[in-house]
Amino acid sequence: MFGSFIKKSRAKSPWIIHFDCGSCNGCDIEVLACLTPLYDVERFGVVNVGNPKHADVLLVTGTVNHRNKKVLKNIYDQMPEPKAVIAIGACGNTGGVFREAYNVVGGVDQVIPVDVYVPGCPAKPEAIIDGVVVGLGKFAQKVEEAD
Amino acid sequence: MATTVIPFGPQHPVLPEPVHLTLKVEDEIVKEAIPALGYVHRGLEKLADIRDYHQMIQVCERVCGICSMIHAVCYSQAIEELMGVEVPKRAQVLRVIWSELHRTHSHLLWLGLFADAFGFESLFMQFWKIRERIMDINEATTGSRVIVSVNVIGGVRADLSPEQIRWILSEVDIVEKEVRALQDTIMNDYTVKARTVGVGVLSKENAYLLGAAGPTLRGSGVAQDMRMLGYGGYSEIDFEPVVETSGDCWARSTVRFRETLQSMDLVRQAIAKLPEGELAAKVKGNPPEGEVYTRVEQPRGECVYYIKGNGTKHLDRLRIRTPTFANIPPLLAMLPGCELADVPVIVLSIDPCISCTER
Repeated sequence: MFGSFIKKSRAKSPWIIHFDCGSCNGCDIEVLACLTPLYDVERFGVVNVGNPKHADVLLVTGTVNHRNKKVLKNIYDQMPEPKAVIAIGACGNTGGVFREAYNVVGGVDQVIPVDVYVPGCPAKPEAIIDGVVVGLGKFAQKVEEAD
Repeated sequence: MATTVIPFGPQHPVLPEPVHLTLKVEDEIVKEAIPALGYVHRGLEKLADIRDYHQMIQVCERVCGICSMIHAVCYSQAIEELMGVEVPKRAQVLRVIWSELHRTHSHLLWLGLFADAFGFESLFMQFWKIRERIMDINEATTGSRVIVSVNVIGGVRADLSPEQIRWILSEVDIVEKEVRALQDTIMNDYTVKARTVGVGVLSKENAYLLGAAGPTLRGSGVAQDMRMLGYGGYSEIDFEPVVETSGDCWARSTVRFRETLQSMDLVRQAIAKLPEGELAAKVKGNPPEGEVYTRVEQPRGECVYYIKGNGTKHLDRLRIRTPTFANIPPLLAMLPGCELADVPVIVLSIDPCISCTER
């Protein structure tokens, strides 16, 4: 009984962690804007946490470079299973405007598996919220399969 | 007393961006802070080799998303100076309007994050709620909330209609009223003062010698602001830098708070002086051989662009020096002797923009 309660709650109230992986800040401030009064994702039960060990969903903004790919992998590995990853913005998806720069590896999917890609440069808060909602669907599926 | 080493970052709840500080701590007192940078380095100066000088505007805007407009202004001014392009007066004043709107939203963003750094979450929410009005203005006038991308070489690509100007003025009035309502809290509240007054003190001499820039410098009593040079449309506008003298976190937050109000005044002044005319001058050919330096004032301080043209559509060299880079040595001078719990507040008080610093 308790197990099914946890299962239901995890998908109903996901805890997210945000990692800036070499972004220009454009997407980061839009992620933060989602948490503030106008968009306020907390009304849907989404809580922003600072510790990867508490988080269900990882929001990544920005390109991966040679220095931060280890940090990104480390944060991903610290998160408990099941987990979902949402790549935000053109840079997180493919490398965006920086894809040809010498220190850029590419999108987030070069290092960790990505469930949802949110387009935009920077992605608008509405798009990010939509991405989180789609991501939650996949996350709920993973919770089901984990049993 | 034994020394403990505490890592701060790269992923830290108080920092929106990855920066790493190795803190050497004795008891609860920080003795030394060693920074480690490079988590956001992309190498975009080198992109000038493969993008032409028009396309580089889009790259320069993405040096930093928060002050993107001002980066683009600085880059455009450099190219225009090199090519001898005369920018129409209307375009210059429009650039001032969007630059000051950017400064307002950047400072409101920072004031919110600063409040969050000492755990005052409702103040964070209040500032970000006000900021959304500025974001609405950006979106309505340019089509994008954060990276507005209105600059082109020779001018701007968007115009403000009389209806939009009336609406902007009424929104700015509301923003000013709402910001003033928070003045007492951010400047005089007992708990806010307990966390900021006397914390992270930077003396006037040190600020000058270590090369601090922007509100960090002005918070220590040095009246230096690149807008005093009257670049672009600022030559038409009355401007006096905001200065505080105590040099602590409280002074830096007060400088930014007063600059927010000042920026809205500058928006009103610029709108009052908005001349009729063209939006952009015609630009032909490629940048000739030569070098140009330009300096502008970003929300975080002085930003310098150096460009070297070689007669082709690609630049020989693009060099960007950003204010946070200048503010890291002063930050390292502020940290020794502070309590470990004050580190997030002090780090945030320089308004670190790591994506600017590392590019």
